Amino acid sequence: MEKRVTFKGWLLPVLLLLPQIVVTAVFFFYPAGQAVWQSLFIPDPFGLKSQFVGLGNFQYLLNDPYYRASFVTTAVFSGLVTVVSMGMALYLALLADRLIKGSGTYRTLLIWPYAVAPAVAGVLWLFMFNTRVGVVSWYLGLLGYDWNHVLNDAEAMGLVVAASSWGRVSYNFLFFLAGLQAIPRSVIEAAAIDGAHFWTRFRTIVFPLLSPTTFFLLVVNIVYAFFETFGVIHTITSGGPQQATTILVYKVYKDGFVGQDLGGSAAQSVILLVVVGILTVIQFKFIERRVHY
Amino acid sequence: MQIKTFLGAMASTAALATGAYAQSEIQWWHAHSGRLGELVDEIANGFNDSQSDFVVVPSHKGNYSETLNAGIAAFRAGEQPHLLQVFEVGTATMMAAQGATKPVYTLMAESGADWDPDAYIGAVKGYYTTTDGQMLSMPFNSSTPVLWVNRDAFTAAGLDPDMDLSTWQQVGEALDGLKAGGSTCPLTTAWQSWIHLENLSAYHNVPFATQENGFAGLDTELALNGPVQVAHIEAMGQWAKDGKFIYNGRRNEGGANFRAGECALFTESSAGYAGIKSEAAFDFEVRPLPYWDGIDGAPQNTIIGGASLWVMEGHDAAEYEGVAQFLTYLSSPEVQAKWHQDTGYLPVTVAAGDLTREQGFYDANPGTDIAVIQMTANQPTANSKGLRLGGFDQIRGIIDEELEAVWVGDKDAQTALDSAVARGNQLLRRFQQANQ
Repeated sequence: MEKRVTFKGWLLPVLLLLPQIVVTAVFFFYPAGQAVWQSLFIPDPFGLKSQFVGLGNFQYLLNDPYYRASFVTTAVFSGLVTVVSMGMALYLALLADRLIKGSGTYRTLLIWPYAVAPAVAGVLWLFMFNTRVGVVSWYLGLLGYDWNHVLNDAEAMGLVVAASSWGRVSYNFLFFLAGLQAIPRSVIEAAAIDGAHFWTRFRTIVFPLLSPTTFFLLVVNIVYAFFETFGVIHTITSGGPQQATTILVYKVYKDGFVGQDLGGSAAQSVILLVVVGILTVIQFKFIERRVHY
Repeated sequence: MQIKTFLGAMASTAALATGAYAQSEIQWWHAHSGRLGELVDEIANGFNDSQSDFVVVPSHKGNYSETLNAGIAAFRAGEQPHLLQVFEVGTATMMAAQGATKPVYTLMAESGADWDPDAYIGAVKGYYTTTDGQMLSMPFNSSTPVLWVNRDAFTAAGLDPDMDLSTWQQVGEALDGLKAGGSTCPLTTAWQSWIHLENLSAYHNVPFATQENGFAGLDTELALNGPVQVAHIEAMGQWAKDGKFIYNGRRNEGGANFRAGECALFTESSAGYAGIKSEAAFDFEVRPLPYWDGIDGAPQNTIIGGASLWVMEGHDAAEYEGVAQFLTYLSSPEVQAKWHQDTGYLPVTVAAGDLTREQGFYDANPGTDIAVIQMTANQPTANSKGLRLGGFDQIRGIIDEELEAVWVGDKDAQTALDSAVARGNQLLRRFQQANQ
């Protein structure tokens, strides 16, 4: 039988919720509402005049093949960032979980990259892979490989994915490690006694029990790849070569702050908002069903 | 009663304060950091020491795009500075913002300052002047592209470093020789759109865009896919394919390679002088930007890059008086000549150039006057006085993308430039719609 706590009046619950509602309203509903409103206009940058164009901005964007291509770029980029950063983190967490000695040191060292801001991480990776003076590209040159992410789109994509995933591995590692340590030893030991090898134990026990953590990280990482990787893209490639690394959020910036096309940029923000909203709903509707809490 | 006394006290304090601190502040937002930022501060200090009515306060607001955005955001919030430095590609954006800016010619007329727009070098003035001859913003830092030569690299490849490099045909031969002589980077460039399309067009007296490169109307369309531009980009694309032209990035990334001695030839702004002089451990030289022999009207004159100062609307008449005084000070031959010699930017007035020559700077630093000569050799035509295109910062981004497609071999020159025109025109139409 379910036990429910209910309030008698409406005043107290509203009061209790108020701080959260106010914060959400000020930092989300108001700016998001502004973006929706602005997306219906073509204003001049100084706000001197503005024309109502209805859905004209959306029509313009969706007719632009380069904007549509940016969706594919974003999907590839965020997919890769999520898979790479979560995969690496899970692997490292599994190793750290089995350590008996010195695990604290490893953990601390692995968490460090998280403290590095995306833009700084971008610059660090750019230095290593600079086509002419970078250490890594110099060694690659010795091996006979001509690294040139300035013109090669696959290399550029690889580089921004690596730089974006690097700091994120730390974050994911923390959660995975905590998740692993929350799994009762007795369950794993019982399986071991039954003759299950490491891989079998991982597949049938550890991974399913880890699924709430994995699901949470999936949502968080996709949102990260969509928005917070801006600094990495900006410092390493500026969206190039050609448009190989122009993800949606970078295009919002380019059109809004380089092109001063505020209406078009606002329309893109609205589209981005809707896309991330849909993605999150899908995740909660379909993937969460397979999560064991 | 108490409140009235209080207000009265406040008013008298305020009156006293204004009496004691009669100097009104003039905010100047600019995009110069590092050494250039210090030189900007020096100019402001020089003006502040020269009189006691006004204090110019320079503030660094990030790079050119960031400074422009800061100015726009400030205007929307009613907090705009008196003077905003805007790069040349933002000129159309500022021009269209009638009501947000106060044209320099109006400011000068209102203040009654002794000011002659004809004192400025034609190619500089033209960029910031309307078709009916009225100067809208104050030229400040201007540069123009030149060819930088690493003489040691020529010798190492067995070439004569004194060989004629006036035309692209001759440069092509030099590139053959450099490549054969083992150079890993015969030619690199900075600012590819500015040098290899915008200046190329002006230098060969062909339009970059219709309607006098945008000066005559918002209904301008790009024309950078003409035969001259296509032939040049085709040649560059072939050089890229042969490993004779090495592309290093959209901005001035190639500068590091040239200054390190890796590249033999480098097309870059004349303002690259300070950096190259301090870092290059080899014998270098400045040559005029090459042109294609056989094109009618070439070489015309090159156009400028850099920035000008815009006066923002919404301040007191008394403060505008100070702005006018400051701009007059800024354009004086002494200030301009010092700025030119310290930075490698062009002298924006004829008098500043003459003063620099008199001071013996060009004799002591050979080649520093090449940019000046190149820009002033001919009277600018409708094709060579500059560009006035809305959203041009972003159009340059499109051009960068299309040129990268040529350098990597994905597209031929004609296809890439046609595509740049089509995509750029879309942005021009957006700009027209926002500003008509």
